[in-house]
Amino acid sequence: MVTENDVQHIAELADVGISTEELGTFTHQFNAILEYFDILDRVEGSEQAERELYNVLREDVVEPSLPQEEVLRNAPYKEDGFIKAPRVM
Amino acid sequence: MDGSITFAPDDRYNAFLSTSTSAPHGTGKLSGVAVAVKDNISTRGIETTCASKILKGYIPPYDAHVVGLLKAAGATIAGKTNMDEFGMGTTTENSAFGPTLNPCDTTRVPGGSSGGSAAAVAAGIVRMALGSDTGGSIRCPAAFCGIVGLKPSYGRVSRYGLIAYSNSLEQIGPLGKTVTDVSTLMSVIAGYDRHDSTSQNKPYNHTPKADVKGLKIGIPQEYFGKGVDPDVAAVVKKAIGRLEELGATTVPCSIPSMEYALAAYYVTCTSEASSNLARFDGVRYGPAPDWKKSWHDAFRDVRGSSFGAEVRRRIMLGTFALSSGYYGKYYAKAQVARENVRADFNRIFRDVDVIAGPTMPTIAFKLKEKSDPLSMYLADILTVPANLAGIPSISVPCGKSQGMPVGLQIMGRMFEDERVVDVAYAYEQAVN
Repeated sequence: MVTENDVQHIAELADVGISTEELGTFTHQFNAILEYFDILDRVEGSEQAERELYNVLREDVVEPSLPQEEVLRNAPYKEDGFIKAPRVM
Repeated sequence: MDGSITFAPDDRYNAFLSTSTSAPHGTGKLSGVAVAVKDNISTRGIETTCASKILKGYIPPYDAHVVGLLKAAGATIAGKTNMDEFGMGTTTENSAFGPTLNPCDTTRVPGGSSGGSAAAVAAGIVRMALGSDTGGSIRCPAAFCGIVGLKPSYGRVSRYGLIAYSNSLEQIGPLGKTVTDVSTLMSVIAGYDRHDSTSQNKPYNHTPKADVKGLKIGIPQEYFGKGVDPDVAAVVKKAIGRLEELGATTVPCSIPSMEYALAAYYVTCTSEASSNLARFDGVRYGPAPDWKKSWHDAFRDVRGSSFGAEVRRRIMLGTFALSSGYYGKYYAKAQVARENVRADFNRIFRDVDVIAGPTMPTIAFKLKEKSDPLSMYLADILTVPANLAGIPSISVPCGKSQGMPVGLQIMGRMFEDERVVDVAYAYEQAVN
């Protein structure tokens, strides 16, 4: 069982902003879904892929890129050819 | 470029989020053919929103690989189609811009998440459309709207430019009224792309053949059991009987991992979503956050007001499933379950060539019928196994139940997309 406090905490971790009115419904739905996920407890064994998995890497080669103006076009705040982000300190 | 077509559809089903009134086309296999593109596939210079307020006004500066291929084949990009926000849903009701209606019955949903693409084809507005399929999002709306839809083998179609929701599960694929149209569109979009590190060098150059003589079809008991509408099951069984008349044989089989496949699917896709959707914060695109607030508060406000309820629910479920203390219980177990699904398919495909069953357990739902998230998730039970295993799967119309279309689903071995197309084609040619 997760509580409204747990759901509020997860919402804060994920930055998704749950309103007080939504909290009850979200918590109720969360519990129903997590209860369904409990069926995974019946799965035996540990995480170990049978298949051979490998990473696909490439050389870091400089190529022509999009013009700066086009890349910045969708950003709401920009300054001197840079995207402006919030102060984090 | 050798011409342009004028396109002014009567969009009474709300299938489109935007349309190009006059769009150019070139020479090639799809010269002059209007193709609709799901709104989570990037189109240079054309707004691409994923049916979300958080991408309202976003104009991609580049084309998805498949869009470049469409243009090179001479196709016209007719418009961008409605969908469940970021592909999260089975009805297209989770769009921030209103639901799409099913052209077969406007009191019902078209299925989802590629509901706009399916409705546009079913209504005859376009001949073909691109969708994406993470857990059934091409096959479900194809079945509900009475058209054909193919989820290709994982890696055959580049995902470059597809706005990511769950990378390890999703594939772009074709929808059309006929198997031939779906096959033609597949031949245009498949093939290697160096911009997608999961891309396989397996082009699709195939003309459908209507021959199923000697074909062995596996019939999993789970596809006709609990939760599947008996009338839908009967329609599908009759269709499989038709394939037997054409010379195929059926073999009963079982997929025991189906018991937990749906849970494994939802743990995996929500976990991947929680990571993929972290990029939407209003800094590089999207609605402007209020920078007078702290960055944490500003991000929370913009994401809280711009993501719909289902998107926020899935981001939170994924965040929870990956959090320390729960990772072993949810994510790790889901990956073991996923391997078990793969192993079940590998075992069955040693004895049979394809597996057949219903695409969806019911006909199209009434609008607002699936208001509870878990009951909506359960509707995906027959489509998610193919995504977990990465195998190709096609849905082809096979009759009606209560006047609504029913889809026959045919799944094949990894990279045997041509074979599932051939079986669907044999059925389609026999009944038409």
